[in-house]
Amino acid sequence: MSAAPTGKAALLNEHTRHEIDEWVARFPEGKQRSAVLSALRFTQEQNNGFLTSDLMDAVAEYLRLPPIQVYEVASFYSMFETHPCGRHHVSICTNISCMLNGAENIVAYTEKKLGIKTGESTPDGRIFLKCEEECLAACTGAPMMMVDHIYHEYLTPSKVDDVLDKLK
Amino acid sequence: MSTPNPTAPAAPPSDSVMITVDGVPMKAKKGEMLIRVTDANDVYVPRFCYHEKLAVAANCRMCLVEVEKAPKPLPACATPVMDGMIVHTRSAKAIAAQKSVMEFLLINHPLDCPICDQGGECELQDLAVGYGRDVSRYAERKRVVKDKNIGPLVSTDMTRCIHCTRCVRFSQDITGAAELGTTNRGEHNEIGTYVEKTVDHELSGNIIDLCPVGALNSKPFRFRARSWEMSQVPLVSPHDGLGTNTYGHVLRGRLMRVVPRANDAINECWISDRDRFSYEGIYSADRLEKPMLRMSNGAWKEVDWQTALEAAVNGLKGVPAAGLGVLAGPSSTLEEYALLQQLAAGLGTSNIDHRLRQPDFSGDAADPAMPTLGGAIAEVDTLQGLLVVGSNLRLELPLLAHRVRKAARAGASVAFLNPAAFEYLFEAEQIVVDPARQLAELNALVSAAGGTTVGNSVADVTDRHRRVVESLRGAQRKAIWLGALALRHPQYAALRAAAQALAAATGASLGVLAEGGNAAGAHLAGVLPHRAAGGVARASTGLSAGAMLSQSLGGYLLWDVEPTADSLHEKALASLKGAGYVVAATPYATEELKSVAQVLLPIGTFAETSGTYVNLEGQWQSFTGAALPVGEARPGWKVLRVLGNLLGLSGFEQNSSEEVRDQLRSQVERSAAPISIGAVAAPTALGQARVAGVQVYQADAIVRRAASLQRTREARAPRVVYGAGAES
Repeated sequence: MSAAPTGKAALLNEHTRHEIDEWVARFPEGKQRSAVLSALRFTQEQNNGFLTSDLMDAVAEYLRLPPIQVYEVASFYSMFETHPCGRHHVSICTNISCMLNGAENIVAYTEKKLGIKTGESTPDGRIFLKCEEECLAACTGAPMMMVDHIYHEYLTPSKVDDVLDKLK
Repeated sequence: MSTPNPTAPAAPPSDSVMITVDGVPMKAKKGEMLIRVTDANDVYVPRFCYHEKLAVAANCRMCLVEVEKAPKPLPACATPVMDGMIVHTRSAKAIAAQKSVMEFLLINHPLDCPICDQGGECELQDLAVGYGRDVSRYAERKRVVKDKNIGPLVSTDMTRCIHCTRCVRFSQDITGAAELGTTNRGEHNEIGTYVEKTVDHELSGNIIDLCPVGALNSKPFRFRARSWEMSQVPLVSPHDGLGTNTYGHVLRGRLMRVVPRANDAINECWISDRDRFSYEGIYSADRLEKPMLRMSNGAWKEVDWQTALEAAVNGLKGVPAAGLGVLAGPSSTLEEYALLQQLAAGLGTSNIDHRLRQPDFSGDAADPAMPTLGGAIAEVDTLQGLLVVGSNLRLELPLLAHRVRKAARAGASVAFLNPAAFEYLFEAEQIVVDPARQLAELNALVSAAGGTTVGNSVADVTDRHRRVVESLRGAQRKAIWLGALALRHPQYAALRAAAQALAAATGASLGVLAEGGNAAGAHLAGVLPHRAAGGVARASTGLSAGAMLSQSLGGYLLWDVEPTADSLHEKALASLKGAGYVVAATPYATEELKSVAQVLLPIGTFAETSGTYVNLEGQWQSFTGAALPVGEARPGWKVLRVLGNLLGLSGFEQNSSEEVRDQLRSQVERSAAPISIGAVAAPTALGQARVAGVQVYQADAIVRRAASLQRTREARAPRVVYGAGAES
């Protein structure tokens, strides 16, 4: 029920395909649409942190879905980037607990340190500062940020320096 | 036997429950959605996203109603009824909820009704009158959404969108093409294709009607008229054999647009893009506005009707009857066909035919009275097994293909035997073989079913053949259809006989999906060389369309025929050029017709004449003229009636198209006995066979001139000829 094959599925590398296959196998036959989220996660990883239309088409073709159903998911979730961006994703939580504990200062400090605004990447392509992050359920450690899926809590400017300077 | 015990539990739980809506008790089916019950009982609940034919989304929240014992208002479209449920649709709580939803919906809506084509027929506008506040409390900036270019048919003003997702659900569930989606999130939520892309499915124009606001509108109709200025006239679409019901919207005698007329037995609430946008072709620049006559020096001159008709009569009288050929297109009205047949008979010729694209007439004697689907159109949804031989179904009969898709989604096994694989958007078994081997392949199916093959050429029976036959055998409701690619096949008669044998062996019904909007009507009216009006066999058989087009006769009467495009016959033009005298009645003045004819008579198109179409399930659907004919064009039946009078023939005294129709109807009823189906001669083996492919927007003269349809992706696809590696 998908569009005519475009050959784009070949854009997915061996590792990505393997991971997708594993996820598809977890769902009943014919319910491969359920694997879109994981498929996009590995595809984004393969491409150093962001998705392109071609890669989304590749996922659609590999999962035998209409491409629009992949675009919908990729554009909905904040952990998918559909435009070129830096390879390390830094998201500073600005929801209520973090805000009350000074998240805004942390954001301001980080912006100044990196010389970019939220939503932008450093010119060397090293760090992408996400627009804003919704609550990541680590209120006990507020203010917090997530760097490439790893939580860093009780942030202070020096702790931010520590974490960000280690990123290659 | 014990006596009934009054205290015993009641009979097994029945399928129905009782609910109370606004104090009125209503019977409902268990588990049915509340809005269906209120709709059936004429209680109006406001809604945007709910649509009878689409999956329930419950995302607009406009249909919130109060249900007793529920802690908060519930959406009627997604609330299953329960026994004893007490519902208030107009209580203070319900109305407060509905008004709040309306306020939310209007937050980002531009309220540009004065410049919006939807104005006057807008669901949001209507409901805002009932549920909106007089003055908005919203002082912040409204969001703006960039418009998308989704092709030549549908215009977009996405800022007006209220995200009901009807168009998205239509493209996912009804067409299956899944072209539209909802991208981004929250405040940034948008409907679109995400990547720059056109929406190409042949039913996609229906999203214009589905859209409850002015976000999706008709591009060709943009800024042409306001809905309240136009009058609405029922019409029947002339482009395929389904007889799709439409409304023409007419302003000062001009057909401004075409919209669906719901008829669950035929087209439900959908129409194809071809039905919707073909009207543009009526007003193409090459319309023949006045009768024209070729002068002795070869130049064309506009003349009055009297002069033209007299010239035509003299010209036709000068052609010996045996050398006169009458050719008609397959989409004229029944009344035109009846009078045309009468005229041909009066002139003493049986050389009359409408099957312009059919090359094989060897099975004529075995023809049924008219081509039919072999069952009701609405029953196609419930078929369990279907084999389609030689058809690009989506392009031939888009709405029939939609019904087949419904059947397939409900579990029917559908198989195609075609010269190429086509995209169907449902699971189908596709047997693809070269045209020269179609008969052998069909014979293999016959053989797998234990029937008698037609001729000796039989392909090896494989598991695949057995599978198709078994799924037909195993189905209770099953059919075999022959499509345009079979009708255009040089061995059509043998293919039909083989399909008949297979139908007999598997118990399936047999249908023939004849091309054109009124092929069935042409059969009943006797626009055939071997059958007269009412389907009575002629005493002497005349020349078939193929015979008339492959040699030059003394003279021709062409009725709404564009020789090359309508016949796809390579010798058509040369044959007509070699004729002594040609009269062409046509809506269009083409160079091609001018190069063959001596007289051109302007006739009205489907919207400019009253008449009747007979569809593939045998329904006679009459309609009145909607638009004023362009220029001096006249309804075809009137032109034929006057021609008959001027030729001094009897039987041309009718005062209305209804009279013509009723006369024919009594003839059809008198000869109601079905014609026995005879055997066909053994087919000769073919080294190669060429079959012209189907082009949806080349179907007839009107569609070929519909400018917007011609800009679609489908129209730009090159013409394909299957077989012998021939591509042109």
